[in-house]
Amino acid sequence: MPVTPISKVVTANDLKSGEVIYLRFPHSWTPDLTMASVITDRDLARASLVFAQGQANVVVGAYLSDVIKDTDGPQASHFREKFRSTGPSNYRHGKQEI
Amino acid sequence: MYHYSNFDHKFVAERVAQFRAQVARRLDGSLSEDEFKPLRLMNGLYLQLHAYMLRVAIPYGTLNSRQMRQLAMIAERWDKGYGHFTTRQNIQFNWPKLEDVPDILQALADVEMHAIQTSGNTIRNVTADHFAGAAADEIADPRPIAELIRQWSTDHPEFQFLPRKFKIAVTGSPHDRAVTQAHDIGLRMTLQDGLRGFEVIVGGGLGRTPMIGKTLSPFVPLEDILPYLEAVVSTYNLLGRRDNKYKARIKITTHEHGIDNIKQKVETQLAKTKPLFTGEDMHILKEIERHFEPPNFKPANPPVEALSTTSHHPAFRAWLDTNITPHKEPGYAIVSVSLKKPGATPGDASAAQMRALADIARDFGHDELRISHEQNVILPHVHRADLPQVYHALRQADLATANIGLISDIIACPGMDYCALATARSIPVAQQIATRFHALKLEHDIGPLKLKISGCINACGHHHVGHIGILGLEKAGVESYQITLGGDAGADAEIGTRAGPGFGADEIVPAIERLLLGYLQLRIDRSESFLAAYRRLGLAPFKAILYPQARKAA
Repeated sequence: MPVTPISKVVTANDLKSGEVIYLRFPHSWTPDLTMASVITDRDLARASLVFAQGQANVVVGAYLSDVIKDTDGPQASHFREKFRSTGPSNYRHGKQEI
Repeated sequence: MYHYSNFDHKFVAERVAQFRAQVARRLDGSLSEDEFKPLRLMNGLYLQLHAYMLRVAIPYGTLNSRQMRQLAMIAERWDKGYGHFTTRQNIQFNWPKLEDVPDILQALADVEMHAIQTSGNTIRNVTADHFAGAAADEIADPRPIAELIRQWSTDHPEFQFLPRKFKIAVTGSPHDRAVTQAHDIGLRMTLQDGLRGFEVIVGGGLGRTPMIGKTLSPFVPLEDILPYLEAVVSTYNLLGRRDNKYKARIKITTHEHGIDNIKQKVETQLAKTKPLFTGEDMHILKEIERHFEPPNFKPANPPVEALSTTSHHPAFRAWLDTNITPHKEPGYAIVSVSLKKPGATPGDASAAQMRALADIARDFGHDELRISHEQNVILPHVHRADLPQVYHALRQADLATANIGLISDIIACPGMDYCALATARSIPVAQQIATRFHALKLEHDIGPLKLKISGCINACGHHHVGHIGILGLEKAGVESYQITLGGDAGADAEIGTRAGPGFGADEIVPAIERLLLGYLQLRIDRSESFLAAYRRLGLAPFKAILYPQARKAA
């Protein structure tokens, strides 16, 4: 039986600022979704999540999130994740301040 | 207004010191997130979609100018220069950094404020009529009893781990402006043989299972109110379900056990609790009441009934028409300051606006401010002779929007722009509706209308009790908005009826426009409000307007 392909990133909130961040291999975190490492292997996804959850003094609430691969890098596939990756729509705050 | 006793100061200072140490231990890794989370929630600190959010209690919505100025300072120094006033008369800061929160709590403590019990399964911030102490129609100021309840419920050892959160609202007026029937307990002041007491309503609530509260007792004398509340919350604490958080609120307990059964249990419990209250609570209430003495009102001169007719400034006249409410004191007015300028985020005030409000309250408002559950700011005591200057000062601060009670005076929760629980955005929908109707110049023609928007089923935006309610949900991976009609938050509160299938994000504003243009055709004349027309005609004609395709298909 064919295995459904996956396309995921590990995301969490930064412990100090609460900012949305993404895992970038091998060991760093980026606030920019397009710079995140896209995981297509299930075992690697599980291992990456375990790694992220082990970073309890750096991040909060790590989980795997579906992405769509784009020429500009990964893009969120669900609107909630899209808002997390961009920031609120009423002010240019958070990631939009740059 | 109430000023902290030495006990209050010490208690709040201790909590700040404790939280400072807890944050330090979290940052150095001594505490895990699982260990830290309940501690931060006890202090009102959430982790939301993009950042931490600090929810600060504004007890019964009352602030003085010094406190408002401090909120402005906090917004500028540790946040992004603004604050968001909520439907529970709180203020939320959307961008604090974890390491700054102890300093923010200290800054709050410096002006007798805190964020304690703004989260968790405890008795939350006690809310009250935002016109309390000023309204012409009230029996008495409900805030002394609200303050007594705050003191009783804060750190109450028996009620720190209730089955679920617990919200109490108090009104001193028969014209319910505190939505008492949508709270776990609603208290309505009444008189019996000249004695003050309260009708006690329980089991109201919105959220997933909206329910209108039921009268548990038509009259509890003032001196019995605290033992009675203790008996109600004790009964709920034992009876409320802890197996399912969606069935844990007292509204479900009341529904499952029946109001008569609950009443019997409360009476049995009251027999135990009442002897424990030896009257000390009434001594404390007397002391609290001294803090709520009315200000020294100035004489009613000049007679300002004539103000609106003597003023030739049309924008000022329009503002007088919508934003002023009669005051109990001749010569005074209650000013509602709209935080709903079309296109703005409902409930948001910039630091500069907070300072302007503080200055106006100090100079023209006996130093008092209120936050309404409708996310506006109230200047409860303004002499009518000062109204032109107050208007001018508000205008300078971009706070003179004349729309209280109209369609653009929308309640909206933060929705998916900020809230981790939200299923859709609320703010852009509110912004677009307000902007659209402002452009159409139809607001005043449509007249009184309560439009309320929630970004999830938890209903922080009170959509169930909006004349028009909008509920944002997710449907098949996109935002979808359900409309409810005929809700009412007033003295005879009602839950609105769902009109039909949801609308997409690009369809909801045209649907609301269609609905209200249709209402203008359906109403008898201008005196028939949207709600009155709905009650006369029922859902069917409004549904036909909202879903023209269905009508064609039929």
